[in-house]
Amino acid sequence: MTPEALLGGFTNAPVQSALAFRSALEALARPGTLHNLTGALPPPPMSKAAGVLVLTLCDGTTPVHLAGPHDCAQVRDWITFHTGAPLVAADKAIFAIGTWAALQPLDRYAIGQPDYPDRSVTLIAELRALTQTGPRLTGPGIKTEARLSLPETAAFAQNRLQFPLGFDCFVTAADLVAGLPRSTKVEAA
Amino acid sequence: MTDQAYNFAYLDEQTKRMIRRAILKGIAVPGYQVPFASREMPMPYGWGTGGVQVTAACLTPVDVLKVIDQGADDTTNAVSIRKFFQRTAGIAVTEATQEATIIQTRHRIPETSLTTGQILVYQVPIPEPLRFLEPRETETRKMHELEEYGLMHVKLYEDIARHGTIATSYDYPVKVEGRYVMDPSPIPKFDNPKLSDSPAIQLFGAGREQRIYALPPYTNVVSLDFDDHPFQPSKAPHDCDLCGAADSYLDEVITDDQGGRMFVCSDTDFCRSRRAAGHVGRLGSAAVEASE
Repeated sequence: MTPEALLGGFTNAPVQSALAFRSALEALARPGTLHNLTGALPPPPMSKAAGVLVLTLCDGTTPVHLAGPHDCAQVRDWITFHTGAPLVAADKAIFAIGTWAALQPLDRYAIGQPDYPDRSVTLIAELRALTQTGPRLTGPGIKTEARLSLPETAAFAQNRLQFPLGFDCFVTAADLVAGLPRSTKVEAA
Repeated sequence: MTDQAYNFAYLDEQTKRMIRRAILKGIAVPGYQVPFASREMPMPYGWGTGGVQVTAACLTPVDVLKVIDQGADDTTNAVSIRKFFQRTAGIAVTEATQEATIIQTRHRIPETSLTTGQILVYQVPIPEPLRFLEPRETETRKMHELEEYGLMHVKLYEDIARHGTIATSYDYPVKVEGRYVMDPSPIPKFDNPKLSDSPAIQLFGAGREQRIYALPPYTNVVSLDFDDHPFQPSKAPHDCDLCGAADSYLDEVITDDQGGRMFVCSDTDFCRSRRAAGHVGRLGSAAVEASE
């Protein structure tokens, strides 16, 4: 482990994680809205927003899967030091982090059980940019409709068909986050 | 003033993370009861430990907290929970519904419409709507899995067979987004229509039963009923005796042993702000003097 892994965590965890959780809650409860997440400085290629989500939600009880370029020594060390989360294969993960392409194929992840739909993965998909344009979102948390620059629509539409099973997703870019719960209906614009 | 002997908002960070993950899964599957590892709180089960844990996991230092017990800000449960968070989180508190960012409630939804950015946290005694019909958790879980809710309609039908109408007046079951049947906690059925399409986030915490569930904003919530016996929210057929409101939920107060009684708003903040605005009910002016 390099000394850099020790840096970039919360300086005041109770307050910073409380503020971060409220942003994450608003993001997931209102799909299509963008929220700022700051306070952590994870090593590249992980974005600030994804780093804050990890510090806020992960600990020794939540297996984490790192996909693609995110599965590097710096990120592994950083997550291990700051959260103690075990790093695992995709099928065992409660959280999976990576670019949208690296997270594929999606059928590797836990989507919950019919009697316990909560036992499913939460994907943290890193995008280059995040804007309120693109595919149309409708469903719980959205008054009429919302738009979000998602990397694709088919996977999310397929995910919605499995409801109440399925994965939930945070999409992140730099210090921005948006939420996409499995309940949201995603259609091409 | 924060009591420095405690972590911010009382709970340790690991516990808050666990509760926060449960809340997020609850938001993702509206109406589904997410199991969580409920902690011992410095108050007995049945005094809102579920709501307190959800509130503790959501609080930030900039929040303004309101706590109500059956609509009232000044009853034991509300006062002690408000004081608890003042001590352990150092947050601001209010009695005004529109000023609050988090409202913890026992058995009422405020009369004043909630707004975007507010969170309503319910204290829930029995989260399982099917529990009194089927005591086994293994069975009720299977019924939710298979969307097998016929038993609930049998219960409502039996109400009609026995009383001529659906006599269930509180804890009235609802269906969320056409999927999960949910217990709205023992709010009067008068409040049920406010569950649906609310701009606020609604979170439900059951401490003893170790369940958290949620309604995101603008979620479709339908009270169960029959075509020939449609759902009807009900209240006492009176106006508030203090503020004259005709559209608020009322408490009946016995005033003497001669059959004297009065009806007052159960939502104390709503009633007070109406009286401050000059509305006077049947016993209005006299009662205001008596309480001051």
